[in-house]
Amino acid sequence: MDRMPPWADALLVPLISLVLAAILSALVIIGIGEDPVAAVTLMVKGALGSTYGWGYTLYYATNFIFTGLAVAVAFHARMFNIGGEGQAMLGGLGVALVCLYLPLPHWTVALVAAALGAAAFGAAWAYVPAVLQARRGSHIVITTIMFNFIAAALLNYVLVNLLRPKGAMDPATAKFPEGTHLPTLHDMLAPVGIEFSKAAPANVTLLIALLACLAVWLLIWRTRLGYEIRAFGHSETAARYAGISPVRITVVAMLISGGLAGLMALNTTMGEAERLVLNSVEGAGFIGIAVALMGRSHPLGVLMAAILFGFLYQGGAELALWTNIPRELIVVIQALVILFTGALDNMVRMPLERLFLARRKKEG
Amino acid sequence: MDFITALQVLDSTVRLSTPLLLACLAGLFSERAGIFDIGLEGKMLMAAFFSAAVAFVTGSVWLGMLAGIASSMLLSALHGLASITFRGNQLISGVAINFLAAGMTVLIAQDWFSQGGRTPSLIGQARFEPLTLPFAEALQGVPILGPLYYELISGHTLPVYFAFLCVPATWWILYRTRFGLRLRAVGENPAAVDTAGISVIGLRYAAVAICGLLCGIAGAYLATALQAGFIKDMTAGRGYIALAALIFAKWRPWYALMSCLLFGFLQAIALRYQNIDIGPITLPVQFMDALPYILTVVILAGFVGRAIPPHAGGEPYVKER
Repeated sequence: MDRMPPWADALLVPLISLVLAAILSALVIIGIGEDPVAAVTLMVKGALGSTYGWGYTLYYATNFIFTGLAVAVAFHARMFNIGGEGQAMLGGLGVALVCLYLPLPHWTVALVAAALGAAAFGAAWAYVPAVLQARRGSHIVITTIMFNFIAAALLNYVLVNLLRPKGAMDPATAKFPEGTHLPTLHDMLAPVGIEFSKAAPANVTLLIALLACLAVWLLIWRTRLGYEIRAFGHSETAARYAGISPVRITVVAMLISGGLAGLMALNTTMGEAERLVLNSVEGAGFIGIAVALMGRSHPLGVLMAAILFGFLYQGGAELALWTNIPRELIVVIQALVILFTGALDNMVRMPLERLFLARRKKEG
Repeated sequence: MDFITALQVLDSTVRLSTPLLLACLAGLFSERAGIFDIGLEGKMLMAAFFSAAVAFVTGSVWLGMLAGIASSMLLSALHGLASITFRGNQLISGVAINFLAAGMTVLIAQDWFSQGGRTPSLIGQARFEPLTLPFAEALQGVPILGPLYYELISGHTLPVYFAFLCVPATWWILYRTRFGLRLRAVGENPAAVDTAGISVIGLRYAAVAICGLLCGIAGAYLATALQAGFIKDMTAGRGYIALAALIFAKWRPWYALMSCLLFGFLQAIALRYQNIDIGPITLPVQFMDALPYILTVVILAGFVGRAIPPHAGGEPYVKER
């Protein structure tokens, strides 16, 4: 056996990568003449120091859970879905159409209907790249990138020319009707006697996101389909030999992935804005890549990474508000996390592996 | 559309195609050597910022361009380190580089200039001036050809001519030199190159370095010639359009010229006209924006000839033991 123990693979490698990313981020903060310790203190206070901060942290985390799971499911089938951004945009369109044009009596009904709409639109946007990959061999990374741009143009057209109310200036739909407004964490926790900030946007969608984590875990490790997806991801030839259809697995995995990315729109469009605006996704689709890489494509890992990025996002907003550090610091941190946990994974893994092997040789 | 309008659209086509062409050829070198690069966008953006910043501080566009090239090549080295030395995932590395550039440029710009993530406007020697080719003024009176020469061929900045000269140069390097043969071989079958006693790693690093160089010039052109200074996210997806053009051209230099001119033309049209009437239907401007991407998907789908990437593209090379 020339492998590391599983705990080192699952925990130690990502942890070291994360520490490296953190050290570099601190150097960047020092480089622009700010104090990293003060910055982290401010971020912790702003993001976790009040229920208001927590409300935003969890709101962002909800987005990242969905997009992170989307990337993770595709990763299990050894596909890189960069199209979460576009799929989430289309998911927003699905939510908006359901909320605006269906008569919905109560928010519970509205939530189910909108979830179906969001997942269907997101999945549909992933369907074409999936089929092209499965049947024509077009590289899914390139097609999903192209579909992000096409989605942006399409949404722009639909909002400006079709869904914008008469006389309105900004490219956005009308406000959704009262019956579709989702309860926030404030509404949900008040009956239990917990005071939660009224202004924070975290809402019931957070529970849907947690359910999605559980569902993805069940799907990947407890169902036949999940087994087929993992088998396909490990070795396409072996999977083919075992009678698993590559076309079917590619398409199904991408449909699930796109559907999950689309569900993100429940949180932003239905839960927060209560109308569809042009840039509702705000890069969350791309953050899903960092979240899935850091979480090692495991739902529990994705959940924790999503909360970390939720914290970074809200903390970054606080930094931009109170100091001279722009919000783009978060983009840099995100890049470093992707770099270290994704692309430079071997840089950490190779020496660690050697270390473990040397130790084992001594023992044996 | 009258003659002069047509000339103006074509003139702006040339200007808008230039960064696409440089980035597209940059990607061509890298991908022909088997290193996928979706970080073209990030490298251009980084170069755009550093060229504008240094050009502003020193007042010299040439020093600015050098700084831009250096910054772009640094990102290339990072990409090489991740994808060649540590055999990481090239696509993930590219994504990381794009975000790194998007964040760092604004962060540093805010720190240096405090103008909300942009550089001050460049003037005088800090920009590339349009060149007037010989006899352009004198021959302006000649019907058709005179204005054609004056408007379309003359009056561009130096990087524009450089970019167009890069096309035959790239063709020559790839298909007529030993280095080019090896570069193409390393993207198709690195094991064969290794067996011949040539360093796969060295060749791939060379390809990635050329990619950084060309992206650097593309970025410098954006900030110091096409526009006068750096603004946040000024590449605006050009790196991805260049990637699309590369696939459209099926990884060949002369076709890259054609596809970049086509995509540049689409940009020029979208810039000049909001909506286009073609008889009964009106094409919205958003459609024109999306057209390069739609065309690329169609090409990728293999409906108009198949686009087959270099065979070993995206695969790190592991020496057999």
